[in-house]
Amino acid sequence: MKTTISALLLGTALTLASAGLASAQDKTVKIGSLSDQSGLYADLAGPGSTLAAQMAVEDSKLKDKGWKIDIISGDHQNKPDIGTTIARQWFDVDKVDVVVDVPNSGVALAVNNVVKEKNGVYINSGAATSDLTNAQCSPNTVHWTYDTYMLAHATGQALVKAGGDTWFFLTADYAFGAALERDTTAVVKENGGKVLGGVKHPLNTADFSSFLLQAQASKAKIIGLANAGGDTTNSIKQAAEFGIGKGGQKLAGLLLFLTDVKAIGLETAQGLNFTETFYWDLNDQTRAFSKRFSERMKNNAPPTMVQAGVYAGLMHYFKALEALGGNPHDGAKIVAKMKEIPADDPLFGKGVVEANGRVTHNAYLFEVKKPSESKGPWDLYKLVGTVPGDQAFTPLSQSTCALLKK
Amino acid sequence: MQALYAQLLVGLINGSFYALLSLGLAVIFGMLNIINFAHGALYMMGAFVAYFLLNLAGLNYWWALLVAPVVVGIFGMILERTMLQWLTGLDHLYGLLLTFGIALIVQGVFQNYFGSSGLPYAIPDQLKGGVNLGFMFLPIYRGWVVVFSLVVCLATWYLIEKTQLGAYLRAATENPTLVRAFGINVPRMITLTYGLGVGLAALAGVLSAPINQVRPLMGADLIIVVFAVVVIGGMGSIMGSIITGFALGVIEGLTKYFYPEASNTVVFVLMVLVLLVKPTGLTGRAA
Repeated sequence: MKTTISALLLGTALTLASAGLASAQDKTVKIGSLSDQSGLYADLAGPGSTLAAQMAVEDSKLKDKGWKIDIISGDHQNKPDIGTTIARQWFDVDKVDVVVDVPNSGVALAVNNVVKEKNGVYINSGAATSDLTNAQCSPNTVHWTYDTYMLAHATGQALVKAGGDTWFFLTADYAFGAALERDTTAVVKENGGKVLGGVKHPLNTADFSSFLLQAQASKAKIIGLANAGGDTTNSIKQAAEFGIGKGGQKLAGLLLFLTDVKAIGLETAQGLNFTETFYWDLNDQTRAFSKRFSERMKNNAPPTMVQAGVYAGLMHYFKALEALGGNPHDGAKIVAKMKEIPADDPLFGKGVVEANGRVTHNAYLFEVKKPSESKGPWDLYKLVGTVPGDQAFTPLSQSTCALLKK
Repeated sequence: MQALYAQLLVGLINGSFYALLSLGLAVIFGMLNIINFAHGALYMMGAFVAYFLLNLAGLNYWWALLVAPVVVGIFGMILERTMLQWLTGLDHLYGLLLTFGIALIVQGVFQNYFGSSGLPYAIPDQLKGGVNLGFMFLPIYRGWVVVFSLVVCLATWYLIEKTQLGAYLRAATENPTLVRAFGINVPRMITLTYGLGVGLAALAGVLSAPINQVRPLMGADLIIVVFAVVVIGGMGSIMGSIITGFALGVIEGLTKYFYPEASNTVVFVLMVLVLLVKPTGLTGRAA
């Protein structure tokens, strides 16, 4: 009996000791790349985002410094319930520490709550809704790349100032579309413009002709496309068919990605104005990264801004991990560290991780090239303007994030 | 009022796709008793073949209208010979599951190689531009789609309901043994019928390539609606599927105008209503 008890005690002591040792040197991190892997956003995020995450792990060289980093990926199928189920399983069973990517604002907001509840780290690069760093902000969330406020301000302001003072919206009928329409409407009104109307279409619509006819009948100067991915490409393609550009109305793709422009083709897309925060052909550093990326990518596609954001976000996260030295499982603590370190990476340049989780960096106004100007299969944009980071995103004074009221 | 005319016309355009696809489904179900869930994938293949013909072989849209249905039709006949024919006499469920599996595989393969955002396909030069009808700007291409699919639908109906060949076909579904006794090669006829149904799907795919993106999931998004159309029209009824195809396109178009949020559910609401009142569909006969 005595021996049993002492054996038990010894065992417990040993376990405790080893647990203590482990936590002192715990350098194990698991990254979950949660995305739309096969639907309408799969090309602009999806497998490419997982590749970007892998490249970030390799480029950080943390593995040489004794860190063990794993990446797993999941398909949320654009359904919030599936997204949260995967996220919960990742935290509870797979011991994931950081969730990246997550396009689709509806899913992104749902996952935001799970990550906060589980005290993980959430580096969102794929979703647009500015609510992630306003009403729904969380101490565990960092929002990279872009948001609806930025899109609305950069593109909206430029168009209204160029004389496009009456608007009609084609809006995807979910969280993202609503946020983008709301933010753009505010900008249009601020700059003296008027919104004449709008129509909400279901996500993943193939035929836009009915909606385009309504937009045409509104006589608005600008038809704002508050949608994304396949919905945007179909609207633009079909708008050309209905002679919308020739009738004097102008389309504003409020959110366009490289893969969208590629899919529409320069013939139809030429002349479109829109905003992105990353383009592969911006400078030597973006070109170098994009070359390495496209060599490993199916179809040799260069990275979209979402994929670039996954890379940049993780690189910044790794800086925070190194600064903390280990034990990467307290999400809020790591995010706090990420906010302390100034953001500076080869893809987005210098930036700031604001107190509300918003990362600010330059935004660029692009115009789609004419077919005659394009020199390669992915030579699609020309730069027409730059909005500095401190003007492109929500000023902290206007942010409704509760974290700011301390 | 003008806007209403425009929406009616737009509905008719969408209706032509529904009609072409549901017609193919009706032909296949009527003759082979197979619920062809691979129809959407075959429609998508039609669009992709058009894209390949243009970009690899330099054959334009008009050639694609001719060649793509034949190529995809042959693919369909191979499917029928190698797999579907073994399901004759089994429960509908087996055919449904098999074709659904085929659809997933085909879509997966295309998605693996071509991604999800799709490939561009331009409207042929002859059909570019549009005419101002007063109440709306009608792209010439869309007008062409309505006229062309109407002609194809009626020709198919005529072939099956009014010709000698069609009579053999209908007889073979009623009593294959007896028809064989007359010296007619029934299995070959069944294979050709499947090829015809599949060819119709591919034709719809070519027609839609210039309007929509050529995407691996273009069929998957559409096929569920088309099935609802077939159910409403009555499984296996040729004329029924043509008429409901056009009619539902119009109803959907009107919904997009009056209450756009419901535009992708209205067809299913109608399906439920029809099934409650007349479970065999509007023009279907009781089995």
